[in-house]
Amino acid sequence: MKLQIRFPFPNESNRDIITTSFFEGRVCPIFQPAQREVSLYSIVSTAIVCGIQSILIQVEADVCDGMPVFEMVGVLSSEVKEAKERIRAAIRNSQIQLPPKKVTVSLYPADIRKRGTGFDLPIALAVLAAYGRISQEYLEGILFAGEISLSGEIRPTEGILPMVLAAKEAGKRIVCVPRGNKKEAQIVKGITILPADNLNQVLKIIETFHQNPQLFQNRKKLEKEIGIVQEPGCDFGEIHGQKVLKRACEVAAAGRHHMLMLGPPGVGKTLAAKATATILPPLGEEEALELAKIYSVKGMFSQREENFWIRPFRSPHHTVTIPGLAGGGRVPRPGELSLAHNGVLFLDELTKFRKEVLEVLRQPLEEKMIRLVRNSGTYVYPADVMLIGAMNPCNCGYYPDRNRCNCTEAMIQRHLHKISRPLLDRMDLTVEVKRLSLTEMIRKEGEESSEHIRKRVQEAQKIQERRFLGMGIHYNSQIPAAQMQRFCLMEDKAQQLLQDSFERLEMSVRGYYRTLRVARTIADLEGANLIKRTHILESLLYRSIDKKVWE
Amino acid sequence: MGKKKEKYHNKYEYWFAGISCIPGRKKISLRSLFSCAEEIYQKSENGVHSAACLTEKERESLDRSRNISETELEGTWKYCVEHGIHLVLWEDLEYPKRLRKIYNPPYGLYYLGKLPEETEPAIAVVGARSCSVYGRKTAESIGFSLAEQGIAVISGMAAGIDGASHQGALQAQGTTYGVLGCGVDFCYPARHRELYETLVQQGGIISEYPPKTQPLPAFFPQRNRLISGLSDGVIVVEAKERSGSLITADFALEQGREVYAVPGRVGDLLSQGTNRLIQQGAGIFLSSEDFQKEMNFFADSVEPSVKKPKLSLEKSERLVYSCLDFTPKSLDEIMEETAFSFLEVVENLESLREKGCILEMYKNRYIRQ
Repeated sequence: MKLQIRFPFPNESNRDIITTSFFEGRVCPIFQPAQREVSLYSIVSTAIVCGIQSILIQVEADVCDGMPVFEMVGVLSSEVKEAKERIRAAIRNSQIQLPPKKVTVSLYPADIRKRGTGFDLPIALAVLAAYGRISQEYLEGILFAGEISLSGEIRPTEGILPMVLAAKEAGKRIVCVPRGNKKEAQIVKGITILPADNLNQVLKIIETFHQNPQLFQNRKKLEKEIGIVQEPGCDFGEIHGQKVLKRACEVAAAGRHHMLMLGPPGVGKTLAAKATATILPPLGEEEALELAKIYSVKGMFSQREENFWIRPFRSPHHTVTIPGLAGGGRVPRPGELSLAHNGVLFLDELTKFRKEVLEVLRQPLEEKMIRLVRNSGTYVYPADVMLIGAMNPCNCGYYPDRNRCNCTEAMIQRHLHKISRPLLDRMDLTVEVKRLSLTEMIRKEGEESSEHIRKRVQEAQKIQERRFLGMGIHYNSQIPAAQMQRFCLMEDKAQQLLQDSFERLEMSVRGYYRTLRVARTIADLEGANLIKRTHILESLLYRSIDKKVWE
Repeated sequence: MGKKKEKYHNKYEYWFAGISCIPGRKKISLRSLFSCAEEIYQKSENGVHSAACLTEKERESLDRSRNISETELEGTWKYCVEHGIHLVLWEDLEYPKRLRKIYNPPYGLYYLGKLPEETEPAIAVVGARSCSVYGRKTAESIGFSLAEQGIAVISGMAAGIDGASHQGALQAQGTTYGVLGCGVDFCYPARHRELYETLVQQGGIISEYPPKTQPLPAFFPQRNRLISGLSDGVIVVEAKERSGSLITADFALEQGREVYAVPGRVGDLLSQGTNRLIQQGAGIFLSSEDFQKEMNFFADSVEPSVKKPKLSLEKSERLVYSCLDFTPKSLDEIMEETAFSFLEVVENLESLREKGCILEMYKNRYIRQ
């Protein structure tokens, strides 16, 4: 039976309430005067995160006479079990006093393991509602999530964004979140956000909201809150010379090709990789939201906040582990690969990465996502990245400048063989970076800015979009071998050149297709329908390093 | 001394030649006291020891190897015969005369293929293993032109200059010999397998070390004395200040061979050794014809017969061509020098490559042909 007793709010002294706090009650209940046999029941909605999806969870609380115990059921992990200690203190410290009664809290569906710290707030509210301190009516249609400190303060929690999205899907229009998660929750359109700092405020806010909902209606637009902040120091305009490298970056960005940079240390490989992220067109709404979800789950939303529409650039250090790169853990969380989703994953010093870590990349690069299978279920994290690798051509980095490079042939071979052929095969462009001469470095000639290049890249991507409409692919780098004939039409001279080069350079069939895909992108950058001879010529510049060096 | 050897020596000769720790000179004198190697193997200890002036250590090593069973000798011998590993001894007519005159000649030489002929002029071409493209090209062309004139090219089959000079000689269908610092059945370095096999066909692989000897750093300087010993002159193509090729040059001087060095630019690390040789009085290698004249091989050597037809290059091509030399240049450098756009440079390079004027040495790095 559902009983609703409305108390005036905010709480004032009430004669019904035994002043000895329930939680501190030392009086043995047996000796207490008999009370009415009433059971007070309440229900509150919250959600848990599973991968980047979220599942709605109901928190029920029941308060009845009996031994003053606090029971929680529903397959809880230890951080959820600990919630009762936090809630007990938080309620007391919020100057709310509750009589000692038997409290039962149940979280359902019961077959899902409940993890995370976002349960504190909904459990506390369910208990308060079951005690009748807040009307159950007020709680209906609102999703709550947040961690509570002993003082009653509400702290931000991970995975708010997926929860809010799940709430929207389930038809809920109001979400109450910690103030620290406000921006994150606001991303979702058509949802009213009630941010709160502490428990008392929550109680106040939901009451006010119930009385005057229009007070919370006119929210600021998302675009105003979340602006574009360009990371300083990585514009192509700031890189002098290196024309070939810049051009390669542009081509790679336009066709979303993976790229490998070879060159001595300190010539600007890292800078170029960072700059490449800035010439990619801004994220679409769907993409941005998906990415924000990943960051939210990882508790890193603040990193996306400032540059919500900008493609991510991640450069994990070469000591990264497999779980660190691909995602993992007992309850898998996204790794660098997913954090770079829809953006650039830059692996500097490619040869220094552990071999098995690099091999992990192979499948996700094909499937554009990573599937982590654990006992508790399968977690799928999106991982559609543009991979940029950088490495030295040999240990000292100066090969083939034999006057400076002292490495023996065998050493160079060993160095290059640290990267497996299959991974190299996924690199559509290989570009050598040379040390700049001093005259180039100090030349004040205006270099093209990222913005200019981005415009061309955007144009080229529009062409690709039209071309692959409804095909399930978006970029030239994804053209399957079977469709090559259809999409990569060449003029006769180009065909002839490609065939000659195939023989002359002892290309592999894969290499042949790679060259063709890149040539397609180069043609798109020019707006040409037919692949011309010059496009093939340029594409050949970016071919993989000579066979004799690699084998 | 002086008898013509049969196809293969018997197992005792192979055994005796293969004993390590006894220098060649001592082996020669020891062997001259007996009519055949079998005698040394069979004879009582005293009989052998009294015969030669061996040190304690050498005596021990001799005794140790005399304890090897007959079946084992048989096995080693069979291995050599099966693999076509010949042995030439000091006593044989075929023993290279040039080597007889050097300070520390080996007692026996193992070889695959053939040995350099007495009448055949031979020149050693040696240099650094990690060489520049310029050095490689030079070594190749020296090997080629020497072989074209019927001069045998001798080198060490190592990576870099050595390999390139062999390759050059092979391209001219000439004879060329590789002297190894390990057993002749080892291909060292392993990636010269193809070269190794062609050398056996078109020349020879020579070593003083018995088959199955692993390459050890200590063997290589010793090997160098054979390279210079087997040839009439030595050309050092590229060498750093401290280089194994300079050891070869030292041996060559000791043995009275001509030493020539290919001059290099002052700043080049890889030419410091060769330039130093020139400073010390080595001959300067300017061109093959010049070198051959100086060496009096073919005093009236003909002018190079085939002249390259003059190609008509377009203006832009000529500009690109003019900024290339023998050190590989990257696109960025060419763009810098010619002030051409990216695509113009690529176009011109491609047409120059088609005309055979330039060569792509590494990916996107070009030199003049």
